[in-house]
Amino acid sequence: MSSHNESILREPLITGKDITYAKITDDILLPVENKPNRAWWIGFILAALGALLWVFSVGYTFWTGIGAWGLNKTVGWAWDITDFVWWVGIGHAGTLISAVLLIFRQNWRNSINRSAEAMTIFAVICAATYVVAHMGRPWLAYWIFPLPNQFGSLWVNFNSPLVWDAFAISTYFTVSLVFWYCGLLPDIASVRDRAAGLKRRIYSIMSFGWNGSVKTWQRFEIVSLILAGISTPLVLSVHTIVSMDFATSVIPGWHTTIFPPYFVAGAIFSGFAMVQTLLLVMRKVMNFENYITMFHIESMNKIIMATGSIVGIAYLTELFIAWYSGSEYEMYAFANRIAGPYWWAYWTMMTCNVISPQLFWFKKIRTSIPISWVLSIVVNIGMWFERFVIIVTSLHRDYLPSSWAMFYPTWTDVGVFVGSVGLFFTMFLLFIRFLPGIAIAEVKLLLKSASLQQKSKLIKEGHLDKGQVEFFTNSLTKFDSVTEEEIKELETK
Amino acid sequence: MSNFKYIIGSFADPDELMDGIDRLQANNVSIYDCFTPMPIHGIEAKLGVKPSRLPIAAFCFGLLGGTLGFSLLYYTMFYDWPMNIGGKPALPLPDFVPVTFECTILITALGMVATFFYRNHLFPGRAPRVMDLRATDDRFILAVDANDNADHLKIETLLKEAGAVEVKYNERKYVSYE
Repeated sequence: MSSHNESILREPLITGKDITYAKITDDILLPVENKPNRAWWIGFILAALGALLWVFSVGYTFWTGIGAWGLNKTVGWAWDITDFVWWVGIGHAGTLISAVLLIFRQNWRNSINRSAEAMTIFAVICAATYVVAHMGRPWLAYWIFPLPNQFGSLWVNFNSPLVWDAFAISTYFTVSLVFWYCGLLPDIASVRDRAAGLKRRIYSIMSFGWNGSVKTWQRFEIVSLILAGISTPLVLSVHTIVSMDFATSVIPGWHTTIFPPYFVAGAIFSGFAMVQTLLLVMRKVMNFENYITMFHIESMNKIIMATGSIVGIAYLTELFIAWYSGSEYEMYAFANRIAGPYWWAYWTMMTCNVISPQLFWFKKIRTSIPISWVLSIVVNIGMWFERFVIIVTSLHRDYLPSSWAMFYPTWTDVGVFVGSVGLFFTMFLLFIRFLPGIAIAEVKLLLKSASLQQKSKLIKEGHLDKGQVEFFTNSLTKFDSVTEEEIKELETK
Repeated sequence: MSNFKYIIGSFADPDELMDGIDRLQANNVSIYDCFTPMPIHGIEAKLGVKPSRLPIAAFCFGLLGGTLGFSLLYYTMFYDWPMNIGGKPALPLPDFVPVTFECTILITALGMVATFFYRNHLFPGRAPRVMDLRATDDRFILAVDANDNADHLKIETLLKEAGAVEVKYNERKYVSYE
């Protein structure tokens, strides 16, 4: 059957009274079918200004060359690679939510996967721009791919992790895009069948003629499952390969075998933080409180805490191994990180990434929306500094003290970074304006099993264990979308 | 009565739709198809729709992708122009793992999704073939071919008994042709 009674011990994934299939469609399509509100316009104008700054800074870089950045002979990788790894990492949570949580049948993913996947795609676009910009001659960017050429053919060096990275990032982007768009088809069809005129024509083209027949849905579910299955190792491979850009080199501080798992955990950590930053605002502005509930927020905070702890252990392991290796250069690299000229970057990273997620052990903190939002931003500041510390502090004091140098960003470095944040938000805001920000079909699946109204019905019918009902009503107190009267009503039944 | 082509039972609840399928099948009425706003688990078994063979297609595309990826590396690095890179072997198998893996994933994903689109006739610009416009919103649609099943009154009664909110007689097969 299409619905079964879920255990009352599980917290509801949809709150609110009188939620019907029609209401789910109405609520989620509200921002798509109506003119945007003031909050959207303010956000969009700010983001678009940022994107403009990005266009200007990147244009200036292309015109002038890499000399526009603060790089020097010693520090050849700095802000751009930091930003690249930061953005790729942020993208990883989208795939984790859409793929790994699907395989583990975590139904709470259903209302956050769409926007998280969109975030992945936009983050990878931002990341890719840094790689292209850093090539110096971006019009020759295709040289990274093994194309027949006039030099012999002289092929690319497939032993190089940078070439692996080109393959990994482009595969990751393509597969994420395909996964996201397949999931969008039924929801675009929902918009299409309610629209009229030109809007209907556009959404009709975008819906690929989706009709929701039995066979379509059957194949759709198989495709989603297999895409999830192959995306899971893919997402792990992407950040593993990104970490190999560093780990396969012989620079002290980079040349470590711990990098792949450490980078993957860090990526998920920062990605979930970015999902949290976006969704806490989106649920408020778009009135999605009944679909993105406190349970979702708390679950994401728990993942941030878990991955943050893994990252913390990785930092400590790195320190221990630096000492245990007995290698003079390795030990110096870490001593320099802790107490060298970039000590402030190291300690910002440690505070933001190791200490701040530990606050989520307190239930009060992880169920508080303002604190969660602030901490999610703190985490991403920390994760930016992590990459900065790894890249710049390892490079700036190399084997010859005569070539030791410091890195100072130019306005172009700052402009490209701030601009890419603007670019990201521009794309995200356009997405929630024109496409359903929550997977409508997947949320409808939960209505008859995991919604508060279904669970309330079960309680009112009786036949449930008193202790379990009490446990359930107690768990509702943290939900900001459930009123005290509603809880009282359930308690007296 | 013979002007119309399809009888459409419009349900507001997926369980009632399933009940409708049971009732029609018990009375030997053949069901054309169902259109729903979300996947309904178990409906394929009821309607006798065979399991999808897409996993087989995906596996074949995976094999193809792996082979293509490895062949590319073998050809460029070993066969066409072997290079001395720091005295390392020209055929370093561990170094070939990442790119072979990425190619496998890429071809699997693209091939499987292309097969899905091809088999379901999904492509940009295709005219949507929808029998009821609310099938993508809040209605669960059960369609019966009127020419194959003679006793239309009985079908309507059975659908109503199962809980259909509305029973329509469609003169055109699809209401959404543009």
